[in-house]
Amino acid sequence: MTTPADIIALPSQPPRERARRRRIRIGDFPVIPTAILLVITLVAIFANQLAPHNPEIGSLTMRFKPPFWQTGGSMKYLLGTDQLGRDVLSRLIFGARVSMVVGIMAVLVAGVVGTMLGILSGYLGGWVDQVIMRITDTWLALPALTFAIFLAAIVGPSMWNIVIILGVTYWTRYARVIRGEVLSLREREFVRLAIVAGCSKWSIMARHILPNVINSAIVLGSLMLGVVIITEATLSFLGVGVPPPQPAWGLMLSDGKQGLMVGYWWLTVFPGLCIMLMVLSANLLGDWLRVKLDPQLRQL
Amino acid sequence: MGRYITRRASYCLLSLFLLSLTIFFFVRVTGDPAALLVEPGASADDIAAIHHQFGLDRPLWVQYGLFMWSLFHGDLGKSFYYQTPVFELYMSRLPNSLTLAAVAMVFSLVVGIPSGILASVRVGRFWDSAGKMFALLGLSLPSFWVGLILILLFSVYLKWLPSSGAGTPLHLIMPAFALGWYFAAAHMRLTRSSMLEVLGSEYIKLARLKGLPEALVIAKHAFKNALIPVITLAGINLVIMVNVAVVVETVFAWPGIGRLLYEGITFRDFPVVQGVVLLGGAMIVVVNLMVDILYAVIDPRIRLER
Amino acid sequence: MAGEPLLRLDKLSTHYIAGGGLRVVRAVDEVSLTVNAGETLGIVGESGSGKSTLALTMMRVLPMAAKIVGGHMWFEGEDLVQKTDAEMREIRGKRIAMVLQDPMASLNPLFTIGNQIAEPIQVHEKVSRATAWERARALLKAVRIPSPETRVRQFPHEMSGGMRQRIVGAIGMSCEPRLLIADEPTTSLDLTIQAQYLNLLRDLQREHGLALIFITHNLGIVAKMCDQLAVMYAGRLVESGPVSRVFNAPQHPYTKALLNSIPRMGDRDHRLTAIAGQPPDLSALPRGCAFAQRCPQAFDRCRAEAPPPVSYPAPGQTARCWLVEDAPAEAVPVLAGAAV
Repeated sequence: MTTPADIIALPSQPPRERARRRRIRIGDFPVIPTAILLVITLVAIFANQLAPHNPEIGSLTMRFKPPFWQTGGSMKYLLGTDQLGRDVLSRLIFGARVSMVVGIMAVLVAGVVGTMLGILSGYLGGWVDQVIMRITDTWLALPALTFAIFLAAIVGPSMWNIVIILGVTYWTRYARVIRGEVLSLREREFVRLAIVAGCSKWSIMARHILPNVINSAIVLGSLMLGVVIITEATLSFLGVGVPPPQPAWGLMLSDGKQGLMVGYWWLTVFPGLCIMLMVLSANLLGDWLRVKLDPQLRQL
Repeated sequence: MGRYITRRASYCLLSLFLLSLTIFFFVRVTGDPAALLVEPGASADDIAAIHHQFGLDRPLWVQYGLFMWSLFHGDLGKSFYYQTPVFELYMSRLPNSLTLAAVAMVFSLVVGIPSGILASVRVGRFWDSAGKMFALLGLSLPSFWVGLILILLFSVYLKWLPSSGAGTPLHLIMPAFALGWYFAAAHMRLTRSSMLEVLGSEYIKLARLKGLPEALVIAKHAFKNALIPVITLAGINLVIMVNVAVVVETVFAWPGIGRLLYEGITFRDFPVVQGVVLLGGAMIVVVNLMVDILYAVIDPRIRLER
Repeated sequence: MAGEPLLRLDKLSTHYIAGGGLRVVRAVDEVSLTVNAGETLGIVGESGSGKSTLALTMMRVLPMAAKIVGGHMWFEGEDLVQKTDAEMREIRGKRIAMVLQDPMASLNPLFTIGNQIAEPIQVHEKVSRATAWERARALLKAVRIPSPETRVRQFPHEMSGGMRQRIVGAIGMSCEPRLLIADEPTTSLDLTIQAQYLNLLRDLQREHGLALIFITHNLGIVAKMCDQLAVMYAGRLVESGPVSRVFNAPQHPYTKALLNSIPRMGDRDHRLTAIAGQPPDLSALPRGCAFAQRCPQAFDRCRAEAPPPVSYPAPGQTARCWLVEDAPAEAVPVLAGAAV
């Protein structure tokens, strides 16, 4: 008979528990959406230099001019003018600024607040968790749009109010997801080791939990960007968004409605296309990030 | 099942309570309640009267008590613009919104569910990619823009459909499409992922091992199981539709509660705004409860839950 | 036991193709074995040895990424590898049936037991619903489930684990197949119920002249229930033969090590012996014999060259090892119509 092996072969061990981040492979990187977003960002930053006209002042003699390729249009107003004679292209360019600023800031606010509360709620548990979860449930019960409109009606419109409102409306989505992650992270070995080693709750949350949920927060952020922009545009459309004369794409759509029945299509099509491009790009980027960074977030 | 329902019902009540608290909180604490609750152009006497009526100088919990008291009596205030009780106004407009939402929901399910099933069965191939694209567009296009483009196309250029108002089925087509568009994409996505998950399960494997034809496996075994989350979502989405229809109703001048909300904002008619939001939220919570009950009826596992 | 074997696998290979063709997992690698009518075969191996994939291959219910890349499966004289999907559907559930490991997961939670048992009967034998349900009730009785009339209308979650296992067995037997494949049939059962279930299977086998294939990692079941034994390692069949022969005189070092690792009663002084090392990654198999790295008897040729799929050390026994030589020519069994 063969000599029996002396070594006790342990069953294969699970890989060492440590904070791990998937590397982003440059495989199917969504080039076009990212490029679009970059372009929009640049346009937003350099709006002053790029816009051919002042977006807020128009000349009444130049009202409702069509884009340059139609009869009646001119190269001076490439994409036409609106009901106050303002250049559509310039307003689109400055509108990008509003969308970008509001979009990114709102996502940041919602993200930071939501992640923090999600971590606190998931890790500390107990009454903190209950309170935060009840609030989250309630806010989630109301559709974001309704809630945002309600808040806008109360506090009155201004760019920063809108950012706050959107942040307040959407943080709950972060909190929910992050809390779920934290709940499972809490049981992992490296957290238990840290507890046993005597680390304080706060340091564990900051140094062990936070880096592991950043991925999800980023993915969620990119997915939320699209949603936030649409909501901002909706608020502007309804008249409770960023107040005039500052141009916002949603506001342009609202103004453009007057001209719609008479066939002034450019006032509707162009701002909408801009919104669509931006949101589509954000969504595509978000989808890609979600797949690359954390396949656990399939359900988002 | 009795205990399950009781539990869900108590959650429902809790949520309603918290909802009213939230709304109350935001009005009293963030805004200037006096400015909101007072008609535009009111005199100092009016303001004082409002202060008294709503007890704005009394402690918060008393105010909340007053608030809840009037809520229980169905008193949500009176619209400045229409000079009618908000509740009455809301109820008169609600049927229109429900009609619109119902049609939009049917549209979204008729488009969403089959395409979701098709995408899941043909994973990775043409129909799946087409479905993904459709889903992406649905989530990226604001509903009101879809509505505006539809008007441009069908009312202005083709002159086939009326662009505003209600009354005939023709009036319903475009708003329902614009409203249902986003939800069709959402339902498609959910159906697809639900089907994929079900198709990977052991009982589907066994069904195939039994030698059942693939069509039967999908139509009978997979479908019913996959449908559960979709129906749940659809139920909740119906009420959400009613609430977010605000923009579509505005674009098409559809006389529902969405448009009522818009009027409330535009005319600074705060009781209307508050009422619409409150009632809208309450509706969602109640419908959630009904969907939970429906869940119990469909899924026999829940019926016997301890 | 003369005549055609019921099932004969001839150098069957199934590969999983992942990463767009870049990673190939050789889940089943040139497996040849035979099952005769009424016989019980046990297929043993560690997790990842390919035994479950082998079972699914026999039924041709493979996930999309897996493909049969070579070999034949002769069942009652027909090659199943060549069959179309439609033809296989006729065979599945009717002539060959399979019982999966987890009975709770295998049953559709939304349909009654009766529905799920009657279903294959209705589909394969085209009888009326009433007849199929009648048969379902009879089947429940045959698998010794008390009060079948009430049970038939109940749902899976209302049954205990042992009952569910029998129900899945009843589903398997519903169209009176010639061959039943059971994938880890007792893993999810309590010990006390295991014995009952195994006895039930044996009784059913005798009544119906059924051939059984047990897929398991439990050598105790093999000893109790099986006539023939096949040992799999890294997707390859490393040894096969009559159970008593393999147990008493194992030919392959892996089999020897497996048998050695079973703790024996009264053997308190010895440490538990285990096999050193890990099973190889099936997508990156070493050039030579798959077991060479862990084999205490390996020599150079083992690492350089994979041993031929089959060697015949004795009649009815096969092994895949350089150490094993074919017995003298007269002892090699000649199978009707086979090309060895």
